[in-house]
Amino acid sequence: MSQHSIVIPTKDKLFNLDPLTKPTIGNIITWIILAVGLVVTVMRFGLGIGAVANLDDNWPWGLWIGFDLLCGVCLAAGGYFTTVACYVMGMKHFHSAVRPAVTTAFLGYAFVVVALLYDLGHPWRLPYMFFFPGTTSVLFEVGLCVATYVTVLFIEFSVAPMEWLSGKFPWLLKYRKIVIRATILLTIFGVTLSTLHQSSLGSLYLIAPEKLHPLWYSPFMPMFFFVSSMAAGASMVIFEGMFAHKGVHNYMDETHLREADGVVLSFAKAASFILFAYFMIKLIDMLVQANIPYLFTGYGAWWLVEMLGFILLPALLYAKGSRDGNVTLCRIASVNAVAGIVLNRFNVSMIAFNYQLPPSDGYFPSIGEICISVFVVTLIVTAYRFIVYHMPVLYEHPDFKGEEH
Amino acid sequence: MNRRKFLTILGSAGVASSLGTTLTATKAEAGAHVFPNYDESYGVLHDTTRCIGCRRCEEGCNKANDLPKPDKPFSDLSVTSQRRRTSADAWTVVNKYVVDGKPVFRKLQCFHCNDPACASACFAKCFSKLPNGVVTYEGSQCVGCRYCMIACPFYVPGFEYDEALDPLVQKCTFCEHRLVEGKLPGCVEACPMDALTFGRRSDLIRIARARINENPGKYVNYIYGEEDAGGTAWMVLAPAKDGKGSPLPQNPIDAGHTLEQMDLNTHLGNRPMGELTYGALGAVPMIVAFWPVLFGGAYAITKRREAMAKQAQDAVVKEAHEDVVAAVDAAVRKLEETEGPGAAERARRAMTEALKAREAEAAHAKHGEDS
Repeated sequence: MSQHSIVIPTKDKLFNLDPLTKPTIGNIITWIILAVGLVVTVMRFGLGIGAVANLDDNWPWGLWIGFDLLCGVCLAAGGYFTTVACYVMGMKHFHSAVRPAVTTAFLGYAFVVVALLYDLGHPWRLPYMFFFPGTTSVLFEVGLCVATYVTVLFIEFSVAPMEWLSGKFPWLLKYRKIVIRATILLTIFGVTLSTLHQSSLGSLYLIAPEKLHPLWYSPFMPMFFFVSSMAAGASMVIFEGMFAHKGVHNYMDETHLREADGVVLSFAKAASFILFAYFMIKLIDMLVQANIPYLFTGYGAWWLVEMLGFILLPALLYAKGSRDGNVTLCRIASVNAVAGIVLNRFNVSMIAFNYQLPPSDGYFPSIGEICISVFVVTLIVTAYRFIVYHMPVLYEHPDFKGEEH
Repeated sequence: MNRRKFLTILGSAGVASSLGTTLTATKAEAGAHVFPNYDESYGVLHDTTRCIGCRRCEEGCNKANDLPKPDKPFSDLSVTSQRRRTSADAWTVVNKYVVDGKPVFRKLQCFHCNDPACASACFAKCFSKLPNGVVTYEGSQCVGCRYCMIACPFYVPGFEYDEALDPLVQKCTFCEHRLVEGKLPGCVEACPMDALTFGRRSDLIRIARARINENPGKYVNYIYGEEDAGGTAWMVLAPAKDGKGSPLPQNPIDAGHTLEQMDLNTHLGNRPMGELTYGALGAVPMIVAFWPVLFGGAYAITKRREAMAKQAQDAVVKEAHEDVVAAVDAAVRKLEETEGPGAAERARRAMTEALKAREAEAAHAKHGEDS
């Protein structure tokens, strides 16, 4: 609770690895997952995709795209959402939420790229898209924007490691200063790139109207993906905050703790509005496409479950929570909203995809695919913990306290 | 329902098509001998009323392209009852469909679209539509993302999932290596029933139309691939529902009923699939150009608002300060009148010190708030 329990690495003791190496239950589970993941990784790259995945010719994209890429990118939207709220809109009371959000966004995107390498047949050829640019491809736009945005996020995030290492390498201070002066530029660049690739993930499916169920297919899929990414960004800040308060509470300084509840309530209010808007545009789209008859089918029931239980319900919970100042309710709503985003991406990429194929040609991810997805999430959590134990993310570094930026 | 009705998003297709594609480039380079719809390019007409499901075409394809031998020999005709699709090892397959109670055989392979979805979707430009009608695939620059397989409306490309180091997408090549030698594609050459007709696309359409007209009641009045998905080089003729009963060519709704039973999707529309993404892609330069202005403007408004708030606050503080100074001055003057100049001087000094102390305190508190 109090600030003195924060271990701030010094010039002579740069590393604080004890919390990662102590044999606690959490750490042991982490080691097991990482070990299993490494074995599956060797199988994937040694024997081919077919050796670990249930993917086939009808299902070229499965869990790795549906979860690791679509959900990974969407759930890392907290980065642009928080930086825009704080720096562009001037909501300075969110300042303590910026670094954790940028950190998780950077890790999210970096590991999206890592996960993508598992899915690509020729991972080392990923840069080929720059040599043979297929400019008519939505995927080209996604690739270009994600590559650029990972770089932007890396620069935004780099302030934290530079503050950590500046005691030992004082020349880093010069670069830190440049980055901090470029904050607003990076923020606007970041939101532009995010708008583009968040929406483009929805555009990916525009080319396949015959494969995606009409209740999910829409020419406005880019819009749906972008709007839901905003809700995901706000929700993930609350969602991750919940776990951070459980796991790394003693790395938070007074400012962070004082502002935390306010951040939750404000973000809940924003998420509520965005989810309502998202609900309305999806509803109106269904009406103008004359899709009402589909509502009376099995897929229609499933669509209603998504719309009512995972978009409207979290919107209402957020509204009630933020109105009553009920942080717990807002956190419950964030779990609901995040689950809803994941459900939507699963629906578009897997559940409502190939809806005309007979059930015998269905797809369910293999144990190997699930292992890799869990492995990647665990890598993100472990990297996050390493960063929090070493760098000023949840607290302000005493050397840089009180600086305006 | 025709999904193409909902094509436009932000209606910027013009911007997107100016981005430059393999296809437009090929068209431009090909110059005079390629007309719209690839009329002069090659294609194949598959007349399903002639097809007997003998799988010779499959065998011919297998031999012509040195593909691995299948587990069951090509003489085993029972496999046609299964719902098979093309794969990395089998670039063409013949399936039996039950159409209104009667068996109909249809050969599946790459349709070699005029404006292929795979080429539009590929982000490493592996696919090209050539002036001779062939849709080629260049494996040496394939990243293996398999977006082409998502994009293909006909479920054609297959992927070598079990290949660890060099897994590639595989599909029918139109036997391009044979075409350049002046030979027919392997499957066409192998067909004993003349169910596959090779020729220029415009000729094939004329032939198909003639067969429909000369044999009333034999065919549905629809050449699948003439316009579907923007038109394809390989086209299909389907049998009419009730052979002798209807002397007139059937209307397209009947055709749709028959074609659907043969797993031919009649909801693809008559524009290339890739065009569905052009609206979204066309919005990209707009967002790149306008978002910085929008958010830069929001930032400027925020800054201005902060500056105005600070100004207003400073004015209030200054006024309050002046009030205090005036009151103190009045009080001290009164002291001077009643108690003499010495007392007034002491009072003035005490006041000044107290004010300074308060200011310092306020400055400290403000600093703490900001940090």
